[in-house]
Amino acid sequence: MVVETDSFKKISAQAQEKWNHLNQGELPWIRIGTALCGEAAGSKQIFNSISNCLEALGIQANVSEVGCIGLCFAEPLLDIQMPGGNRVFYNNVSEDNLKDIIQSHIIDNQIPNKHVFLYSGDIVLEGVTKLEDHPMKSKELRISLRNAGNIDPYDIDQYISNGGYYALNRALFELDPESTLNEVKESGLRGRGGAAFATGVKWSFLASNPAKDKYILCNCEEGDPGAFNDKGILESDPHTVVEGIALAGYATNSNRGYIFIRHGHDGPIERAKTAVKQAYEKGLLGTNILGTDFSFDLEVALTGDSYVAGEETALMEAIEGKRAMPRYRPPFPAQVGVFGKPTNINNVKTLSYIPEIVRKGGQWFSEIGYEQSKGTAILCLSGSLNRTGMIEVPMGLNLKDILFDLAGGIPEGRNLKLVQTGGPLGGVLNADNIDLILDYESFRNAGAILGSGGIIAADERTCIVDLTRSLIAFCQYESCGKCFPCRMGMSHLLEVLERICDLEGTEEDLDLMRSIGENMQAGSLCGHGQLGFNPVASAIKYFSEEFNQHIIGHTCLTKVCNKKRFSPKRTRR
Amino acid sequence: MDVLTTAITNAVRSQEQPTKTVLSSLLAIQDKIGYIPKESMEIVSLEISNTTVNDVWAVASFYPNFKFEEPAKCNIEICWGPTCHIAGAMEIFEEAFESLDITEEGRTQNGEIELGFNTCLGACAQAPVVAIDHHLIGRVTKSLLKNKIEELK
Repeated sequence: MVVETDSFKKISAQAQEKWNHLNQGELPWIRIGTALCGEAAGSKQIFNSISNCLEALGIQANVSEVGCIGLCFAEPLLDIQMPGGNRVFYNNVSEDNLKDIIQSHIIDNQIPNKHVFLYSGDIVLEGVTKLEDHPMKSKELRISLRNAGNIDPYDIDQYISNGGYYALNRALFELDPESTLNEVKESGLRGRGGAAFATGVKWSFLASNPAKDKYILCNCEEGDPGAFNDKGILESDPHTVVEGIALAGYATNSNRGYIFIRHGHDGPIERAKTAVKQAYEKGLLGTNILGTDFSFDLEVALTGDSYVAGEETALMEAIEGKRAMPRYRPPFPAQVGVFGKPTNINNVKTLSYIPEIVRKGGQWFSEIGYEQSKGTAILCLSGSLNRTGMIEVPMGLNLKDILFDLAGGIPEGRNLKLVQTGGPLGGVLNADNIDLILDYESFRNAGAILGSGGIIAADERTCIVDLTRSLIAFCQYESCGKCFPCRMGMSHLLEVLERICDLEGTEEDLDLMRSIGENMQAGSLCGHGQLGFNPVASAIKYFSEEFNQHIIGHTCLTKVCNKKRFSPKRTRR
Repeated sequence: MDVLTTAITNAVRSQEQPTKTVLSSLLAIQDKIGYIPKESMEIVSLEISNTTVNDVWAVASFYPNFKFEEPAKCNIEICWGPTCHIAGAMEIFEEAFESLDITEEGRTQNGEIELGFNTCLGACAQAPVVAIDHHLIGRVTKSLLKNKIEELK
């Protein structure tokens, strides 16, 4: 039972009243997903058209932008809720059918109508699938994404009325920093940024440092192609991240924090900035939070385009305003971090779990998941799949569950050829790995990494050599240039792979690449160079025959290598 | 002070966030002015303590999103991340190069449209993705892009 203190009681009562009014008041509530995936499908234009449409029809409604409910393939996705009624979802909404949808739902009260997609709520709608029963949703367990797509990310009250900031309130009034930290330790949560290090242990390094000024950094650099879950969380529910950071600050006796986002991703930036501002206004950030001795300052910092800026020491350099190049370790960030102060860095996903862990207890979280991988995985499904999107499922499902049951398999009756996971530094798996279990260790043993949760599927039209070349082209472009084994190694790997794609490779080329890879691994400061050979190693491991067809047979059976290819001219050499 | 110098100085000084660095100042200039005029280097070095002109150049030259000349009227970015690659980004590039009559990233002959590569636009579920003046367009096809480019011309 969470004790609600007077200061928090007032905040939460206000929020609850507002939420009830939205749901039960006189006006219909229209929500539309405008996260990046929605935006790419045109939802911003739809959002702008809604008010014109309402005006033309002479009706009033509350209209909110929400984040990503996960069904990106169905975007633009809009839902209408009549006071006290179901949420009824409409998919592939366009300027052409918007007016018709609003008119038949709100004015004619005809539900279902021909545009209906799904519904959620207690009143059974004959002939329409319930949101929870949709195949992509059926195995989901939403902890981090619990509010995504349901609440307005620009409104702190909607977060609070759905249980938000209760954890911070609980920590401040019921737990001391040490027992807050213990909850996180007990949960078994591991870092979701890629390295999968135990979060509680990482925090304890910082907590044991007696320094006065200490920093918590939240990493939303997320340059991983194929992963958009960090941005998705910040766009859908920025307050769960803000609260997570504040809790991390409390547990480690830290007093300052940064949310670090790539410049240009306006949705996540705007929503994070608004969330921080609102939390200050409510007294949930700043000096003497909720009237206690705990003070914590948080701001949003931006980086330029740089993939390596997502590496924790490079990230600190970028926050200091310098080139995003990794530092030597030791000293480790918990001793000497950003601006020379002790620092802890966590990924957005990691921090987004913290409020629910502290609210419900570490034990609760540790009971979810699989062996050493506790909790859920937040996955971004993209590529050759019938249903692409962002899902949160318990660890322990296998790739078949995810790619076929949830994502609906490969379109047009094609076959799965390969799965690329964990970003460009991850690995490439062939279709024989379909039973691979969603678990850090299982993925590592298979030569891939679960990493940030990007899962890209490709069918038989994809050429493995060409895809590997494209992954290495990315890694080469993004090498920061500090360590020459990475800087030169990536360029050499790319050269060799281009040669093989040109069907001019030689039999020595595979060994040559292996030797370059070994040097990169041994001689690079950060994961970019150390893991940079992963995509090539795993591709050669699972698709050696196809490499040989290119090298010995001088043929590309998919014909991809016979086509033109383009890559950027700029490098950081 | 001339207009440009004033604009740069204002951009640097009007940053809202408490932590102001070389990088944040350059991003602010790029946001306000659209590119980094060379005068920025000295101004930023003076505005941010313990910073030399060299330090500013070091940062400006590192991040490829910084542009050093006035932006073209229109900017097209095509994503070449792995998902978009699998989904046919190369054909999208081919169409773009053909429609714009250029052979590599850069500007059209009249200088009005600029085409660039982007490592990931962040909407992988809608691949292939392009951005025209920072507006994302997902599931783009060759003919759709061709029409968009014709509209821009």
